[in-house]
Amino acid sequence: MTSTANSLRQGPDETGRFGLFGGRFVAETLMPLILDLDEAYKAAKADPSFQEELDYLNKHYIGRPSPLYYAERLTEHLGGAKIYFKRDELNHTGSHKINNCIGQILLAKRMGKPRIIAETGAGQHGVATATVCARFGFPCVVYMGAKDVERQAPNVFRMKLLGAEIIPVTAGQGTLKDSMNEALRDWVTNVDDTYYLIGTAAGPHPFPQMVRDFQSVIGRETKEQMMEAEGRLPDMLIAAVGGGSNAIGLFHPFLDDPEVKIVGVEAGGKGLDGDEHCASLTAGKPGVLHGNRTYLLQNYDGQIDEGASISAGLDYPGIGPEHAYLRDTGRVEYVPIMDDEALEAFQLLTRLEGIIPALEPSHALAEVVKRAPKMDKDQIIVMNLCGRGDKDVFTAAKHLGVDLQQ
Amino acid sequence: MTQRMDDAFAATRAENRPALVTFVMAGDPNFDTAKEIVLGLPDAGADVIELGMPFSDPMADGPAIQAAGQRALKSGQDMKKTLELVRLFREKNSTTPIVLMGYYNPIYIYGVDQFLTDALEAGVDGLIVVDLPPEEDDELCIPALKQGLNFIRLATPTTDDKRLPQVLANTSGFVYYVSMTGITGSALSNPVNIGAAVKRLSEHTDLPICVGFGIKTADDAKRIGADADGVVVGTVLVKAVEDGVTANESSAQIADRVHTIVRDLAAGCRASR
Repeated sequence: MTSTANSLRQGPDETGRFGLFGGRFVAETLMPLILDLDEAYKAAKADPSFQEELDYLNKHYIGRPSPLYYAERLTEHLGGAKIYFKRDELNHTGSHKINNCIGQILLAKRMGKPRIIAETGAGQHGVATATVCARFGFPCVVYMGAKDVERQAPNVFRMKLLGAEIIPVTAGQGTLKDSMNEALRDWVTNVDDTYYLIGTAAGPHPFPQMVRDFQSVIGRETKEQMMEAEGRLPDMLIAAVGGGSNAIGLFHPFLDDPEVKIVGVEAGGKGLDGDEHCASLTAGKPGVLHGNRTYLLQNYDGQIDEGASISAGLDYPGIGPEHAYLRDTGRVEYVPIMDDEALEAFQLLTRLEGIIPALEPSHALAEVVKRAPKMDKDQIIVMNLCGRGDKDVFTAAKHLGVDLQQ
Repeated sequence: MTQRMDDAFAATRAENRPALVTFVMAGDPNFDTAKEIVLGLPDAGADVIELGMPFSDPMADGPAIQAAGQRALKSGQDMKKTLELVRLFREKNSTTPIVLMGYYNPIYIYGVDQFLTDALEAGVDGLIVVDLPPEEDDELCIPALKQGLNFIRLATPTTDDKRLPQVLANTSGFVYYVSMTGITGSALSNPVNIGAAVKRLSEHTDLPICVGFGIKTADDAKRIGADADGVVVGTVLVKAVEDGVTANESSAQIADRVHTIVRDLAAGCRASR
């Protein structure tokens, strides 16, 4: 094993820090809950029956392992590195979000906290949460920005079908950041029976660690599957980062493999020169929000800016603290991709491989399109295809100037 | 420790009544009106002033205080102006303690050392920073105490006896007991328990214990003030500002709305024992 004192995989420390980042910046009312959660998670990790149940559900409910697919036509089209997709869009509910939800719902059950609350941006995490709540018979409340309720109508309907109560959030700009504020307000009010099932690898410790651990199944499988397919590790990993859960899930098992270059792709929106983007690692600076210190889009006075992206799932002005740490250590390179580049990649994949990707991994794909042609044919890229695009068909149509109502 | 805070609570103790702690948002709805409100608070009966530092994402606050922060930010309020407001207040008043209350990020971005220097110079007596629990004391609490600023901690119903000593360890000035779980501005849930809660806290500390969250009327103040060393009132004052703004009132009229409520609450405090 490569686990040494210099390992990049040892974080967080006891205080929830990844270097400067992370921590537990929450109101006193929540602090005892966070500490309880930390204890409960540690106990669950040490309990073989917890892992057993998780493995069973991963396999038989989610459909893991997800395939590692060699995208032959795309590879040929780009004329460079071999491109593999880790197909987490084939999971039950259509994205990687379920990996985390299934882990956390088992924890909530263990802790005897039956009322589940969650925030959602694109609705993928909301759908995954509503799904596991239905599966375990827990009541579910999902906070969703009013703007997102509008642009992700199909997911809103899915959540309702699954029995969740959707609360549209109009505070602020009505996006993911604001729904997180509302979920925290709910949690601080209903401390006794409520479990906050956070959807990304951010928030107060132990959430970033816990979400990463549940998502790391992506990277662990990838490693195994890649050894099986090619007999070696890939040269490059590429994944989209909003809060960063799918990316950290793919990256984490590879952090101590220096021969693997790792690239995270942020939403560049309409460009980094204005304020219509979500590139917190490229254009933000360290600050404290939602329980952790991390890179944030903010003004001179520490007021948080609203991000903007074609993809609701990347529309968040912060980023998981471990990504902030990986940026500063230089282990992972973070780059922005603009809305129009993502939209082009979205169409490219649809036509070349018959896979409609979500707009979130379309950002990662646009980076693949840039990098693969510059690489040798014997080099390998693995991209996390973390969500399917059914939910984005309306958004894509709108941006492509197609009126689906006619 | 700032003498002003100790003196203020000594005075209300001598009068055998709870202190009235009033929260208003700096810069709400604009700098000049906020100044008029704050300047008039002591005469209306406020013993301690909590001045909100507006933040874009106030995750422990209810809709009224969220809106107050938004109004302030929209009018151009920032940390510099909040400290300026304190300085202007200090030119007229040297006895009423001022506590800045808010969230950590605007302080972190201002720079902790610079903030502490400027806050002391402006005449700030203490800080309440909602998202800095004892686990994060190295960030601001310890440096603030070293500089001689009070760091006032929130204790909540979820703070059990095991945790209480840790919460109180680096607390100074007073203890702010949040009377219920939830956000600011909610209805007072179970006021009968407050006497027991204050008693529980006082077994762990000699600091004055002020109770807040959910106190809206003179009657609430009277009832809570029977047990507590101070009552904290915020949402009802901030709502008065909102009402004044909605009615298109002048700065003087809005300030008058706030001061009228404070006078009423002060009367409640005086009648509590």
